Amino acid sequence: MKNLLLFAIVLGLILLTGIFQSWNVALGILNMGLISAVMALGVNMQWGYAGLFNVGVMGFVALGGLATVLIGMPPVSEAWAAGGARILGGLAVGAAILVAAVLIFTRMGKGVKRTVAMIVVLVGGFFVYRAVFDPGVAAVESVNSAATGYLGGLGLSVIVAWPVGGLLAAGAAWLIGKTALGLRSDYLAIATLGIAEIVIAVLKNEDWLSRGVKNVIGLPRPVPYEVDLQRDADFVTAMQTLGADPVVASSVAVKLGYAALFLAVLLVVLWLAQSALASPWGRMMRAIRDNEVAAEAMGKDVTRRHLQVFVLGSAVCGIAGAMMTTLDGQLTPATYQPLRFTFLVWVMVIVGGSGNNWGAVLGGFLIWFLWVQVEPFGLWLMNVLSSGSPEGSLVRERMLQSAAHMRLFTMGIVLLVVLRFSPRGLIPER
Amino acid sequence: MDFINGLITFLNFVAVPATAYGAQLALGALGVTMVYGILRFSNFAHGDTMAFGTMATILTTWGLQSLGVSLGPLPTALLALPVGIVAAIALVLATDRVVYRFYRRQRVVPVMLVIVSMGVMFVYNGLTRFAIGPDDRNFDDGTRFLISAGEFRRWTGLDEGLAIRSSQAITLATAIVVVAALFWFLNRTRTGKSMRAFSDNEDLALLSGISPERVVAITWIIVAALATVAGTLYGLDKSFQPFTYFQLLLPIFAAAIVGGLGSPLGAIAGGFVIAYSEVMITYAWKKVLGYWLPERFEPDNLVQLLSTDYKFAVSFAILVIVLLFRPTGLFRGKSV
Repeated sequence: MKNLLLFAIVLGLILLTGIFQSWNVALGILNMGLISAVMALGVNMQWGYAGLFNVGVMGFVALGGLATVLIGMPPVSEAWAAGGARILGGLAVGAAILVAAVLIFTRMGKGVKRTVAMIVVLVGGFFVYRAVFDPGVAAVESVNSAATGYLGGLGLSVIVAWPVGGLLAAGAAWLIGKTALGLRSDYLAIATLGIAEIVIAVLKNEDWLSRGVKNVIGLPRPVPYEVDLQRDADFVTAMQTLGADPVVASSVAVKLGYAALFLAVLLVVLWLAQSALASPWGRMMRAIRDNEVAAEAMGKDVTRRHLQVFVLGSAVCGIAGAMMTTLDGQLTPATYQPLRFTFLVWVMVIVGGSGNNWGAVLGGFLIWFLWVQVEPFGLWLMNVLSSGSPEGSLVRERMLQSAAHMRLFTMGIVLLVVLRFSPRGLIPER
Repeated sequence: MDFINGLITFLNFVAVPATAYGAQLALGALGVTMVYGILRFSNFAHGDTMAFGTMATILTTWGLQSLGVSLGPLPTALLALPVGIVAAIALVLATDRVVYRFYRRQRVVPVMLVIVSMGVMFVYNGLTRFAIGPDDRNFDDGTRFLISAGEFRRWTGLDEGLAIRSSQAITLATAIVVVAALFWFLNRTRTGKSMRAFSDNEDLALLSGISPERVVAITWIIVAALATVAGTLYGLDKSFQPFTYFQLLLPIFAAAIVGGLGSPLGAIAGGFVIAYSEVMITYAWKKVLGYWLPERFEPDNLVQLLSTDYKFAVSFAILVIVLLFRPTGLFRGKSV
């Protein structure tokens, strides 16, 4: 009952935004809220089910974003002709070197010989890799670099990119999990923090892949464009009979289309997550989380289960990332900030209630709503507070400027207050 | 001659900047490692503690500048540093009183404290941006160079110049003084010894009558001072931007873990390991190799292993290698 009420309150807040601000803003919050809820579900699987501390959410979200480019954008055939083969060859060489190094490490006996062999393979291999790879990159990036300068994608429907985004993120998570899981929890945190920064660095610098800071714009959309709707005679007459302005109505209709798609994904993920949690697997996960030693004594393979849930949770974050880039219609690597994409998702999970999927969903909506609305509210507050001092005075200017930074401060306070007074979140785990 | 020219180029572009950066990382990593040793959690708010202390220092510097106070050739920030340190100490002690102490009394698991420090990070970040805004600030007003490249060339008659910026010299000098004082405190004073005892074995330390609250308070004071000094030196050497300080968290943690969490000596070694590898792997070696190698082997590309944008990847790679082969770090830190 209390939970229903909490959801009703959040829904009410969004409706109030629609009534008092605009339906466009309200639907914007709803859409990002849906995406945030999916991200929070992913983190909740890792932290809530298994107690894994992943602060690399941003990296997995960005990999999902990359997937939309690799799947959705049309291929650039000149670039493929210029250097596509070399780049693929270079990547294959790189992979082969890593496999060789791993083989040497596992197969050869410990000793000086192994160390020397490793160094020779890795250092020599690095130069071979660069020799194959670099000319290809230069060739691709010089193809019409103002408009393309990258390999493009597969030109498939952008919806396909969502599961692919999940797969990319899962692959990265497997690699990182293989190395860092099984060590102590702080190390996993630092390792994920690092991998997230590296993913962003790759997106920013590998122009052949993602156009780097030149951004990929005009990603294909799974819903019609507003302009097309406005030109569509049926739509316009239908809206006019409803008494709505076709221009506003078209953008609302597009946002509703996105909302329907995102809601479908959220429901599927939520259903899967709930059934997993209720299954013997979910009980095993929680048993491992609550007492690793006891679970291990019962014959559970703790490291393997951790790897499994880490990969699953990261995949969900990747799906959400692909959805978010689809909603934005562009991939802009420079906008990925850890405070916004990693730590904010953590605030969602903890405020909502870690270990409870409904809590994560609620947290996603509520925190996103606050994130959007705190700034205008802060501006209003500062206006009221500083109304005593004269227009244009230094104090007033300073206070109005600082309203823009209310967000981070508020999120910190919300997190600390929830942790202190309701550490299990708004909807606690049962 | 060619060899010396190559050596000077190496010193100028690799050794000098990496040493200064290493000293800054080492000071940052010392703070992280001390929180870890005494309070037993990874403090995610450390980067923002550095930013806050530096912010207070910068605001004081501006105040001093408007009063016309200056240190002559030295940056005014050095005069403002004590104020920044006091501000940072006040902030972390208040945070400990309001936030951390509650959880310490409850004896929560360490990962809970890490999450709490995430909230503290948000708040500090907000405070710093409230006070100074998110923009880039350059507050170094001292003489720019101790030795400039031109002067060096004139003195020695070499083709290559060696430039030492005064901020780099100040960084190294300050770091040596601070580290010496810290080690003297930890090894020679009664309080320092009680802190090390507390870090080694909390229960035993409590039994022998060491007051935990006092140890924790002193730790926070030292950590805030270290963070402010590290932040100010980094800001003098490069420039101050709240977001960059947050990003420093990764190399600082890498340094602390590589050295061995909880080991002060390890933090210093780790700082230099990370700094040197970052600079050496992202440096374009063409010029140096051009001097050192015989003409036939002279490289025709830049010989840059990785572009500078991947410097995070370097600290990360070193971290992973150390974790795989020596999980407790170079200096045998704690592994809880």
